[in-house]
Amino acid sequence: MSVKTPMPKRVLWPFLLLAIVIVVLPRFVRSDYYMGILVFIGINTMLALGLNLLMGYTGQVSLGHAAFYGIGAYTTAILTTTLKWSPWMGLVAAILVSGLVAFVIGRPILKLKGHYLAMATLGFGMIVGIVFVQYSDLTGGTSGISGLPPFSIAGHELVDDRQYYYLVWAFALLVLWLSYNIVESRVGRALRAVHGSEVAAESMGVDTVKYKVQVFVLSAMFAGLAGALYAHSVRFVNPNPFDFRFSVELVVIVVIGGMASVWGSIAGATVITILDQALQGFQEGEVVVYGLILMLVLIYMPLGLTKTMVDLVARRRFAKDSAARAKES
Amino acid sequence: MELFNQILQYVLTGITVGSIYAIIALGFSLIYSATGIINFAQGEFVMLGAMISVALIGKGHLPMPLAIVLAVLITGLLGGLLGRSAVHRLKKASPISLIIVTIGASTFFKGCAMILWGKDALPLPAFSAGDSINIGGASIVPQSLWILGITCVVLLAVFLFSERTIFGKAMRASAVNKHGAALVGIDVNSMVVWAFSISASIGAVGGAIIAPITMASYDMGMMLGLKGFCAAILGGLGSSGGAIAGGLILGLVESLGAGLISSSYKDAIAFIILLIILLVKPSGLIGGGARDER
Repeated sequence: MSVKTPMPKRVLWPFLLLAIVIVVLPRFVRSDYYMGILVFIGINTMLALGLNLLMGYTGQVSLGHAAFYGIGAYTTAILTTTLKWSPWMGLVAAILVSGLVAFVIGRPILKLKGHYLAMATLGFGMIVGIVFVQYSDLTGGTSGISGLPPFSIAGHELVDDRQYYYLVWAFALLVLWLSYNIVESRVGRALRAVHGSEVAAESMGVDTVKYKVQVFVLSAMFAGLAGALYAHSVRFVNPNPFDFRFSVELVVIVVIGGMASVWGSIAGATVITILDQALQGFQEGEVVVYGLILMLVLIYMPLGLTKTMVDLVARRRFAKDSAARAKES
Repeated sequence: MELFNQILQYVLTGITVGSIYAIIALGFSLIYSATGIINFAQGEFVMLGAMISVALIGKGHLPMPLAIVLAVLITGLLGGLLGRSAVHRLKKASPISLIIVTIGASTFFKGCAMILWGKDALPLPAFSAGDSINIGGASIVPQSLWILGITCVVLLAVFLFSERTIFGKAMRASAVNKHGAALVGIDVNSMVVWAFSISASIGAVGGAIIAPITMASYDMGMMLGLKGFCAAILGGLGSSGGAIAGGLILGLVESLGAGLISSSYKDAIAFIILLIILLVKPSGLIGGGARDER
């Protein structure tokens, strides 16, 4: 997918602001535990951005996105442990393998629509999850693969979360920037046209299947990247983090953050990652609270957090304006 | 002869498991055709049917038949509540929002079950004592016969309900055309609630009859629910006949595949069938009832 449109001037400042926040934030965070959470927010942001391109902008639901995340993680885990590749090569391979798998299954699967597409992606995700567990010669089965090497930059190994944080967020910024450019380009408009009405888009000369497959592959590549970063961050992979539950969690991040909103993906990833950590204090009650929050947010804020907030502010302003106008007259 | 006996054994197991899939698939289909919603909490209704039965027998000291009837009613009530409180409000929501709401409900039910009854698998006594029965070299536990019998009764009851009663016909009418049904005076919204309630009860029956074989645990619902879902798609989403055929076929293929090909990939079989049917014939084997997707 070619990205031709340069970023318009007026949107540069949010990126700069975010970059500054990212650089400055660790100064205020003392504990390594919180740095670990920030690393996970970065990883989830990348996953959410990819899924949002697919779900939010193009309107194609995926309930198996964790599979690509897992494929990325396992690819680099296998290559760096058994074949002793460098983690950087593993990362590139992870991106390519995830993208390739998406390319192979994308064309047939993306002909399906709505619930049927959701189910096909769910089936794909379940099968990949089962392969992670059962193909133990390669994946180590339920016990997984341990002893992954860390990334190193100029001979310096990134072993703690504080160092790793910068690496993850550098990639997250890159993914954000790429996503933003795609969304604001001709391609992005085509994708939104596909979302609006596939028939109409097609009749305007948009090759809908081609765009859908491209965006599917791209979102899988983002997930593969996130998977590789995750794998070398915890330096261990097993099937659990890539199961159906996580596919659902990714969808939740996108929906709660706000569909078709690049910035919403960061908000969603931040809220859900922190919520996950906070709920661990409840232990047994975790899933109950999680389920309740899911239902309530979807029932009362079907547009997601960011859009609901924006709407709320807009409505307030409108109310104030009309009140002021009423006073004048 | 040896192989024949084995195959017969797999077929018997397949039919037993297949009946449960059929019951779950029927629940999916009922809700889907009434509301267009894929209810991911369907598997949890199965779990609730099993767990509440166990709890009522163990802690409530109720006789088993009463406990199971109560469990089915309670689950039906919970299903109705779900239909009323959550899904009811979301008529204009996108399919993905609806999916997430039911997943949220499913997580919620599962979590409650875990807190109430713990993480261990709990036993439910078989409906009748007795040794396994020998049929042509293959053996079958008496509970399997109960499963087959009760499944037939449930299917017949659902069939009679939707074909022969005015209430059932009203429900089908609101599934076919909401506005048309409303015009002739059918309360479409309460039909949605009833569809959830009936589906939940059917699921609970499935849970109560399978629990003596598989035991009951808080996390039994997800896999059963997803398999039942595969069965519903296989037969044709929204069609009751399709749900039954899909369930039985899935049970048979899974059992034969696990026995003859590879038992470690047993769970993958259902999803491979799901993918194949979606790619080849998304309307399912029997289809017909499927709605147009937006």
